[in-house]
Amino acid sequence: MLLRADRLTKTFADTVAVDQVSFELKAGETLALIGHSGCGKTTTLKMLNRLIEPDNGVVELDGAVASGMAGHEWRRRIGFVIQNAGLFPHKTVAENVLVTPGLLGWDRARQQAKLHELLDMVGLPARDYAHRYPAELSGGQRQRIGLARALAGEPDIVLMDEPFAALDPLTKDGLIADIARLRRELGFASVLVTHDFGEALRLADRIAVMDGGRIVQTGTARDLIASPANKVVEDLLAAPRLMAATVGRAFGEGGS
Amino acid sequence: MSGLFAEEWAVFPGHYAGHLRLALGALLMGLIISVPLGTLVARRQVFAGPALAAASVVQTIPGLALLALMVPLMGGMIGFWPAFTALSLYSILPILRNTIVGLQGVDQDVREAALAVGMTANQRLREIDLPLAAPVIVAGLRTASAWVVGTATLSTPVGARSLGNYIFQGLQTRNWDAVLFGCLISAALALALDQVIGQFEKAALKRSRRHALAGGIGLALVIAPALSLFVEGGTSRRAAGNPERPAATVSLEGQTITIGAKGFTEQYILADLLKRTLEAKGARVEIRDGLGTTVAFDALASGEVDVYVDYTGTIWAALMKRDDPAQRSAMYARVSAWLLNERGVMAFGKLGFENAYAFATSPQTAAGNQLETIADLSGKDLAIASDPEFFGRSEWTRTRDAYGLQSLDPRSMDSAFMYDAVKNGEVDLVTAYTTDGRIDAFDLVLLEDTLSVLPPYDAFILLSPEAQESAALLNALEPLQGAISTELMRAANSKVDLERQSVSQAGAWLYEEVSPASE
Repeated sequence: MLLRADRLTKTFADTVAVDQVSFELKAGETLALIGHSGCGKTTTLKMLNRLIEPDNGVVELDGAVASGMAGHEWRRRIGFVIQNAGLFPHKTVAENVLVTPGLLGWDRARQQAKLHELLDMVGLPARDYAHRYPAELSGGQRQRIGLARALAGEPDIVLMDEPFAALDPLTKDGLIADIARLRRELGFASVLVTHDFGEALRLADRIAVMDGGRIVQTGTARDLIASPANKVVEDLLAAPRLMAATVGRAFGEGGS
Repeated sequence: MSGLFAEEWAVFPGHYAGHLRLALGALLMGLIISVPLGTLVARRQVFAGPALAAASVVQTIPGLALLALMVPLMGGMIGFWPAFTALSLYSILPILRNTIVGLQGVDQDVREAALAVGMTANQRLREIDLPLAAPVIVAGLRTASAWVVGTATLSTPVGARSLGNYIFQGLQTRNWDAVLFGCLISAALALALDQVIGQFEKAALKRSRRHALAGGIGLALVIAPALSLFVEGGTSRRAAGNPERPAATVSLEGQTITIGAKGFTEQYILADLLKRTLEAKGARVEIRDGLGTTVAFDALASGEVDVYVDYTGTIWAALMKRDDPAQRSAMYARVSAWLLNERGVMAFGKLGFENAYAFATSPQTAAGNQLETIADLSGKDLAIASDPEFFGRSEWTRTRDAYGLQSLDPRSMDSAFMYDAVKNGEVDLVTAYTTDGRIDAFDLVLLEDTLSVLPPYDAFILLSPEAQESAALLNALEPLQGAISTELMRAANSKVDLERQSVSQAGAWLYEEVSPASE
């Protein structure tokens, strides 16, 4: 197992945000944490890289226990992508991407090689973009640089917190395709937090549905559709199902 | 140098250097305190609120009061340090506030991302928080710079040399050129510092060497005018505090004597007279002028100032807290004894003239209200102006009660403006100083003190505990005893107040008058 989360628990001011959440992730695998706002999915994600320290529970990566090292050292081994990219506005694209390699003490040649490789991979070649500032990029471009920054330290796992929420549908489609391709090429595992079943469907090998701080069902998309464990899962599927039926009918009529 | 502002340019390097030292020092201190403090409390709302509130309270204290308060708070010390301390307090708030606001304004996603990519808390502070808050912090620095440069002009009354010396002396001696000059230079300095800070800010943000160079050159240009002083005055450190007793009884060669003066024309002229007298004996002289009454005395008692002229009635009321009347010679005797016994200060002879308060009014008001004596004021609804010190003293309440003057409407006013105000009928009465040349020039009517309630105000020389040990100094000052009549002092004062001569011209004239045998 690459990642193991064991009975993670977090309480904020008498409210249990995450209650005994456990799951495992194989190398290269993608797990989607899906659920409505306040279900505890983001808190769970941030406990994995210790942006939030769990009250109870254990996180293990490659056999190493999270609490066994300093938080910043732990996080240098894990990529993190957030909704609005969170790029450092006073640093250039190159400086943003190379923060983690710099902190890891890579030499200059290795850093430059990584910069060119990643910027080519996300379709923003270094020649044109390395010296730009985040303010000079579009939302989708910023998110791609955020992705490149998360991958720069060559992590085995990348955590993604609603990475597509602020993007228009077309940009979002492109980015989803890019992430899928990068996963194939680089082989990293990932945990994706989203409230959109469609995103989970397209990127995740397995989907964990959360509600009230607990995982209520884990399985492939097919498993969930075939046998939803409870009403929460059913509700979550209702909208995509309706959409699929409508879209299918429209395409069916148009096609015949 | 001659021409426009010639008088002012002559003392420019010293005033400017003093001002710059205060302003730059206070700004540096503000940065050193505020940025770390702001960084510490910005993320702790429990502390951020109180820290801002405390700094705001300091800000609401009027500049002059804060500066003056520093003197007793620092054990009677005058000069650079109390002014520097007060100005540092002033520069703290804008920098502290902007540091806190700037840090709190850094985007939360960006801060979280900084941790997520593996920065430690300190790395995030250095790499992310401070650079992103920098423009706001620098804006605070600019505000502080404008405040400090402006407020530094108020350092004069606590004995720190600054561009305020032009303004205070100019206001008192009605030399508007000096006031204007002080204001212009101070404003120019504020603008220049703002530009310098702006260049350094751009240099830091854009990592631009060009802006750094421009900032450096600007700073050099700002400092340059002060340098001539350090070249010329490099060895002029105060020596009067030294307890060693000079062997010579005639020469003051090689000694530095600090002369104090309060902030009105007569005091500026007397300081100039003392300076000429001591320089004739070879002393190097520094003048701390524009001092408040208690500031001047405290400075003398603590040895910051070696010699200055005060008045018996002032010491009697303000320091000895006596409010009973006393005969003129008896008061001098008692004041002398008290000074020596209680404060170790020597009263070294009366100058000869008295500068008392006298109730004065214009001929028109006197005629219209049939005023001849103070008693005639009883029950009249008239406005009386005086300097703020007078209404705070018991002699005012005593006079008021003795003559039944409760119906008068007291107004505090700077003594520089009193005489014009009464002449033009803006107030009905003023407490004129009896040595003021404007009494004659404006035909003012002095009301007779039939009950002898107003105390005597003999001018006399005061020497600090150290200074009175110097026989050479005593010898040098001795000829001044009894040398200045009221008429002579009034004539010297009119040269400045009415004939628009400079203080040094009047001082030179008075010096010639009192030392006829000019060696």
